[in-house]
Amino acid sequence: MVEKRQITEKMMQIFFFCIASASITILFLIMIFLFKEGLPILNTVSVKEFLFGEYWYPTSEPADFGIFSLIVASLAVTFLSALISVPLGVMTAIYLAEIASHKVGEIVKPLVELLAALPSVVIGFFGMVLVAPFLQEVFDVPTGLNLFNAALMLAFMAVPTICSISEDAIHSVPVALKEASLALGATHLETIIKVIIPASISGICTGIILGMSRAVGETMVVLMIAGGAAMVPESVFDPVRPMPASIASEMGEAPIGSDHYYALFATGIVLFILTLIFNIIADYITNKYRQVGEASL
Amino acid sequence: MKKKKVFAVLASALAFIFITGSVWAGQLAIKGSTTVLPIAQKTVEAFMKENPDIKISLSGGGSSNGIKALIDGTTDVANASRFIKDKEVKMAVDKGVYPVPFACAYDSIIPVTHPDNSLTNITTAQLKDIYTGKIRNFKEIGGPDLKIVAISRDTSSGTYETWEKKIMKKERVMPRASVMASNGAIVQAVSANKNAIGYIGIGYLNTSVKALTVDGVEGTEETTLNGQFPISRPLFMFTNGWPKGDTLKYIKFVLSPKKGQNNVSESGYVRLY
Repeated sequence: MVEKRQITEKMMQIFFFCIASASITILFLIMIFLFKEGLPILNTVSVKEFLFGEYWYPTSEPADFGIFSLIVASLAVTFLSALISVPLGVMTAIYLAEIASHKVGEIVKPLVELLAALPSVVIGFFGMVLVAPFLQEVFDVPTGLNLFNAALMLAFMAVPTICSISEDAIHSVPVALKEASLALGATHLETIIKVIIPASISGICTGIILGMSRAVGETMVVLMIAGGAAMVPESVFDPVRPMPASIASEMGEAPIGSDHYYALFATGIVLFILTLIFNIIADYITNKYRQVGEASL
Repeated sequence: MKKKKVFAVLASALAFIFITGSVWAGQLAIKGSTTVLPIAQKTVEAFMKENPDIKISLSGGGSSNGIKALIDGTTDVANASRFIKDKEVKMAVDKGVYPVPFACAYDSIIPVTHPDNSLTNITTAQLKDIYTGKIRNFKEIGGPDLKIVAISRDTSSGTYETWEKKIMKKERVMPRASVMASNGAIVQAVSANKNAIGYIGIGYLNTSVKALTVDGVEGTEETTLNGQFPISRPLFMFTNGWPKGDTLKYIKFVLSPKKGQNNVSESGYVRLY
């Protein structure tokens, strides 16, 4: 009998090992494919020309494969959306975890998380049809399909991620910490700013960076409302062309095995590295500032 | 024992996929221009409905790739948005291939603005200046005092290819131009923005945008077919020699006024008859 149990145990181990390694292998193979399809562009242009070249004219003769304006566009959109979504997301989280009554929290938190379920194409359509004419009217700019609009819509998409992860972090701050602070005579506001936030900062940062990494890779929204001009923006109301938009709109028509095709995959590599950096930073912060006990505060 | 069985099942499943895959692969291959692709798609769908026993594989890749594939013998029909070049004819003849052209439709591209824009006519030179960034306000060309937002198509689209050839004449569209991924997106963007100018295939015109006359000529099916409208060009399908068998059947279908030519209109192009 004992032997049979051991065999079952062993089988289960192997089974789970296979499942785990299958998913990792598949992801790894996708990565290899990405590099295999992207690197040949370096036969045509140098790394420096590709990353810092100002012009993106993949189909003209002779073609220019410089994605500098696309990288700047991606970073600008992400940064601007962070400026909007971080205060919104974090403050909502603080409200939900600390200030709101239990009943309100029960209702509002699922609602915020429901926002995350909004398909990006819906948000894109909303931005295109409603927000763009509104921005054009209010700010008196030539086009409403621009950097600011895209950043605004991406912020909407990042808020649920930031809010939900931050709320969990704030919620898990030990009650003893809070009670100690209050017992020492600190007001509720002082407690939140000086005790609760420092204690949950790693969770909040993780939330922010995951939200940003969602924004940087988001495709549909920027494809629909960023405007699509491959130039380095001079103001927040200029149209831009972030990397995912470029890949999505051109990949369908780029002949397989052409320089254009390789250049788009290489753009994918840059995007991959960018999100990877975001995730590594998030991981690092989570581990480094993890609040282990109450003594380390 | 069990392992062997699983392996056998897997192997037979794989074999099944490969075998059926090769049977499904088209007996008729069509390849080439992205401008012609929508026409090819519609006609192929309709054609296969009528002839379920003929399987067709269709792919894009651009006019040059299509003609190259025809010369290499890897496709039966090459779609092209331009006529064959001398160099290509020579290469084909050297390999014993005789490309025969069939004009299947006309592509006509109409510049459009917001309906409230007072501008009615524009010249090809002005269009070029707008898209290279030399003209930045509608008042410079007799329109209202509004900054111009030039909207272009992504560079791999057939519409852009026609625009580049007929308007830009080897100059590049400025980086500042907004880029939309489809004709529909341009209509949507232009109809919502008084500052915008864009260009679309004639089949996508509707009342939410205003079509401009170019060099005084209104873009219609008639002015396209008689060659007056400047931003238009014929689209071709090339075959190797006079088509035979299934290829002939397909070409006939495309040229038929009651069948393929209806698909041409449906895809937003100008029909021949």
